[in-house]
Formats: sequence, structure tokens, C-alpha cells
Amino acid sequence: MELLRFTTAGSVDDGKSTLIGRLLYDSKSIFEDQMEAVRQSSERKGLSHVDLSLLTDGLRSEREQGITIDVAYRYFATPKRKFIIADTPGHIQYTRNMVTGASTANLALILVDARQGIVEQTCRHSYIASLLQIPHLIVCVNKMDLAGYSEEAFNKIVEEYTEFASKLAVNDIRFIPISALHGDNVVKHSENMPWYQGGTLLHTLETLHIGSDYNHIDARFPVQTVIRPHSDEYHDYRGYAGRIAGGIFRPGDNITVLPSGLTSSIKSIDTYDGPLEEAFAPMSVSITLNDDIDLSRGDMIVKENNQSEVSQDIDVMICWLAANPPRPGAKYYLRHTTNEVRAIIKEVVYKMDINTLEHTEGDINIKMNDIARVRLRTTQPVMYDAYRKNRTTGALILVDEATNETVAAGMIR
Amino acid sequence: MNKYYLDHLQELESEAIFVIREVVAQFDRPAILFSGGKDSIVVTNLAKKAFWPARIPLPLIHIDTGHNFPETMKFRDELVEELGVQLIVGSVQESINEGRAVEETGLNASRNELQIVTLLDTIEKHKIDAALGGARRDEEKARAKERFFSHRDDFGQWDPKNQRPELWNIFNGRKKMGEHFRVFPISNWTEMDVWNYIRHENIKIPSLYFAHEREAVYRDGTWLPQSEFLVLREGETIETKRMRFRTLGDITITGGIESDADTLDKIVDEVSASRSTERGMRSDDKRSDTSMEDRKKQGYF
Repeated sequence: MELLRFTTAGSVDDGKSTLIGRLLYDSKSIFEDQMEAVRQSSERKGLSHVDLSLLTDGLRSEREQGITIDVAYRYFATPKRKFIIADTPGHIQYTRNMVTGASTANLALILVDARQGIVEQTCRHSYIASLLQIPHLIVCVNKMDLAGYSEEAFNKIVEEYTEFASKLAVNDIRFIPISALHGDNVVKHSENMPWYQGGTLLHTLETLHIGSDYNHIDARFPVQTVIRPHSDEYHDYRGYAGRIAGGIFRPGDNITVLPSGLTSSIKSIDTYDGPLEEAFAPMSVSITLNDDIDLSRGDMIVKENNQSEVSQDIDVMICWLAANPPRPGAKYYLRHTTNEVRAIIKEVVYKMDINTLEHTEGDINIKMNDIARVRLRTTQPVMYDAYRKNRTTGALILVDEATNETVAAGMIR
Repeated sequence: MNKYYLDHLQELESEAIFVIREVVAQFDRPAILFSGGKDSIVVTNLAKKAFWPARIPLPLIHIDTGHNFPETMKFRDELVEELGVQLIVGSVQESINEGRAVEETGLNASRNELQIVTLLDTIEKHKIDAALGGARRDEEKARAKERFFSHRDDFGQWDPKNQRPELWNIFNGRKKMGEHFRVFPISNWTEMDVWNYIRHENIKIPSLYFAHEREAVYRDGTWLPQSEFLVLREGETIETKRMRFRTLGDITITGGIESDADTLDKIVDEVSASRSTERGMRSDDKRSDTSMEDRKKQGYF
């Protein structure tokens, strides 16, 4: 069974909670005691209906205010696939939460109200999905029941969205007309929309091809830690432990270690369950080499004939996550794969207006939730690929040296 | 389907191993919080895989409420022996004796909340800077908000509204003196995943998880096991039942279910057909709507 991680963003009134509730309920992932607890809480709040958002809004303050503040993770499975939903709030002041939820997703679910069409929030969420290079987008045109199940209304939104999406870097976009409230085209085909010939939402989630989402071409292995047993049996064993970030490694491959440039070849790829003939992303393995070379955490093993970029000047799109703006000239810890260096923001090139997808003129003061293109200068070389080529070796975070807070998420250009 | 893909259990395993290795790489004195329950057993097993052929470079910490299932204690000691790891025991009874914790009284008294004191004392005494636990996000709504790397201030408290954003698989374990982290490598696993994994890997678990005959009393929708700590209430009687436990905690608060599932295959079938959550059997979670959040803020597991 494959694992599909998807993200949704939106506010309560666009039907997102209802849709998630329905997916969970129809796939039998809500248990009776959870349902009973939600029923009781809804009653205590004086609601006439069972508020399914109470299933995902777990914190006291969220339940009191009736809003999602943080990313909530939900899990469900069908006989075909297992799903992890990163459910995030959709307002502009929660851009950072949307970015967080999107960072690990293979798919984004975008909800559009059939009566309202594309609104600011649709653009925002779509842009974040494309910025974070989520490979698949499903646009659910919801509340079709309130739009008379009209094919015309649906087509108009498809057209409008397609035009807008030409500015985005997403290749796989699908449209499904649904009514989350009544269940049309969510799990079962809708009798109200015989004109729609495509798959239901659940069927699409279950069958969409995600096997090519990892980069299996450019071999990358960031070293996490070195395993040295010091036992009689494995006296000279020296295994480089890590999770493969891209490509395929095999014993015998000629490799180069970055940034040192030292070379060797792979002796074995080990796991507790036995040695492997080949290993690929996202497997956790230990690699042993035929030569004793200087190699430790933060270094990256690549193939001799296919190396990543190595530089101290990097061009990055960042999302600022912290309440305090960046301090001029401040140094940050830059964390990238298993590596940590220090960095300064040398230049803010421009800020994005994520509602219009245009650069903001003249304003380059970064604040919380802003998305900006910056140039970073690091104290040590960083071994990276462009984020669009590899979502692991192209991603970084900045950590404030004074507070230890994670202040920015970065996608390397 | 191309051959370069992992199924969901392999992917979850790989993710958990990555997290455990990050902990050992980023912290000076990490440890595994070991309760003897299936989730902490799975975490321990993943740690074994993460560092093979070396031994697990982490001690196990057991917070002993003094109200244990004897089966759990036996299992713990055998596992420690087999893995050759260090065991650190924090005793709730000692915390009470020293006056650090006060025993609850009344009908619903339990040592569940008292564990917080002992846990935080043990973490401080042994200078543990990262404690790995088996908590999962699907277990409980406050846990659904947890990070993999969850920061605790110098009072051991969790601040759920002010958590560090966690992006991709880049984990920020930076902290100040006196602060520590709780780390949850199997955050993304469900109860079903844990059982399927235990079956697939043939992992040893305490006999309490399998159906067996036991004396118990029916209370609050669950079968509470007979023990020296159980005080019968009016109208209650002890009965002998064929039962098993879905989760394991302190013997005074862990209820069982009537069951014939005496093999892993039967347990997997039973869990997949179940219409209630595993923590529905735990009276500690039933105290209020946000009892887990409230306990976690103070430093609970």
C-alpha cells in the first residue's frame, strides 16, 4: 500500500471541514467514541448540527474560538492507500502554517465555492502549492448543490482557474465538481451531475500516480551520523548512516564526497534486514566505502559523474515564519539536509504579493508570513540542488541564533 | 507500478529511523521513554535497526508508578538484557516518599498525573536533553498537534500555541541550558500501522496484549483488572473474563476488552474491525475534553 500525503487549506465556511469529515466518515476512520465526543461538544456549544471541525481542532483555544490555528494531521486509509492530511488554516495571517503543511505534501486539495469562483484564498493556496512544488493539484468545485449542479458553472470555474494557473509551476491539475455536504462525487458518483465523466475525489486520491514524485536520477546521500560498533565481530565497521535524498545507489558506484571532493566507491549498502543491491529515496540505510576517508555528519555523498551545486552564495525564496522581522546584518544558523552553517541575508531582491502573484513595488521589508526572494551568504559551502529538482536537497530553514526559533523556510532557486 | 517505491510501512519505518538518528546526532544525552507498551516497544525496535550493527546508543527510561502489571516488568527486564542497553528507572513511590509528589485520594485516585513529577525529576537528574517517546498523532486530538521535535522549557512544559514550525524533514533541536526536547519518531503511524508492523516484523510484545483469562471488574465501559490496588465499589463484582488489553499503562487505569484474539493475525483483524479508539479504554483521558492537553502542558508524556 502506498502512502499519499496531502494538504488542504481554507476557512470553516468553504466546506473544508465538512469535506475532510466526509472522507474520514465514509472511509470509516472516525470511531464511535470520537463521534460521540464531537456530538457532545457540539451540543454543549449549542450547535444544531454535529460540527466535524471539532475532530481536527484539538487545542483548547482552537475549540473555544472555532478556528484552526495550527497544522493538524489526520490519518485515514482505504484498502488501496494510506493518507496523511495536513489540514491548515487558510487566512493570510497563517501563510506560514500553509507552507509548513505543504512542505511534506505530494498533493494539494484546493476548494472553490461554485457560487463564488476563484477568490483571493484560492490564489494564495495555489501559489503556495506551486512554490513548495507540490506535484499534484486537485481543485474541488464545492457546493455544486447550491449552483444547481450546473455544468456551465463548473466549466466557467475550470476556465477561470486554468487561466490563472498558467502563471504557476504545477503540471498536474484536475477538477472535480462536488458537494461535500451531500457527498456528490466525494466517494460515490453523483446522480445529480451525469455530465461529469471523471473519477470521484476518493477514486482520484487512490489512483493518481505518485511513484515518480521522488527524484530517482540525481544520487544524493546526506550523512546523518557515523556508525562504529567497536564490537569484536564488527571491529573495523564504519557505516555512514542517512536517508537517501535522491537517485539510486548501488555497491560498486564511484562516489565523491562533498564538499571535500574526496573519492571512493561503495562497498556495501546495509540495513538491519540485510544488505541491499540498490537503494533509492526515501530509504534509510548505512553505506560503507572501500576507502577510509574523512567523512562526517553534514557531508554529502554523490556520484562522481553527477554532482550537486556547492556554493556560499545562494538565491532563495523564503517564507518568513517569525513574529519579529529579520534584524539587519544578523547571522542565522542555516540548516540544510543534515548540514548546519551560518548565514546572513545579504539582499532582499523582492517580495511577492501572493494574492496577485506580482512583486511588491518598493517594499522590501520582510514581515511575518511574507514570501520574498533573497540572497544568502554562508560561512561554509552548502551542497544543494534547485528545489524544483529535489525537494530535500533544495530546502533549508533559518534558525535565530539568539532565540533558537525557526524563523524562515527557504526554497533554493 | 515501478520498482523504486516503498510501501507505507517501509516509508514510515524509514522516516522513524531518520528521526531517531537525528536525535542521536543532535543531542548529547538522549534517551528512550519506555513504558512497556507496544508503541515504545516499536520505537525501541526502530532504534535497534537505526544503529545496527552497533548497539542502541541510548538508555531506556521507565517511569515506574509502582502499580505495574507483573507481565510488563518481566518483559522490560528481558528486553533490556537482550539489547544490552542501560535501564534508568524513575520511581513514583520514591517521589511520594520524598514528598515531591502527593498521592491522590478519593474514588478516582490514580498515580497517572504523579508520573509527571517523577518523569521531570528523572530527566533532570540524568541530564537527559532529548526523550524519545512512542506517542502518535492519531491517538488523541492534542497529540495531533505535536511536532516530531517538541520543545520543552526549563520547567518541562509544552507550549502548544507557540510551537516551532516544522518543515520538510529538517528538525531544529537547538535549545538553551535546562530545556529539553520530546521526540516522537512514530508521529505519523496509526494504531493499525503499529499492529501491522509488529506482525510484519514479528516483534515480541507482552502477553497482556493477547487474549487470556483474567479476573476483572466492569467499570465505566471497560474491564478493570483485579489487583492489590483495586477497591471494589458498591454493587461491583469480580468476574473471570477472556480478555486482552489494547493499550498498556498503569494497572489501576488500564481497562481491557473481552476478546478471543490470541494471535497477531487475530489482533490485526480485531483492531481493523473495531469501532472505538484504543484510548477510549483509558480513564485518564476521560477526565475532561482537554485532559491530555492539560497534562502535556505540565510535562506529561
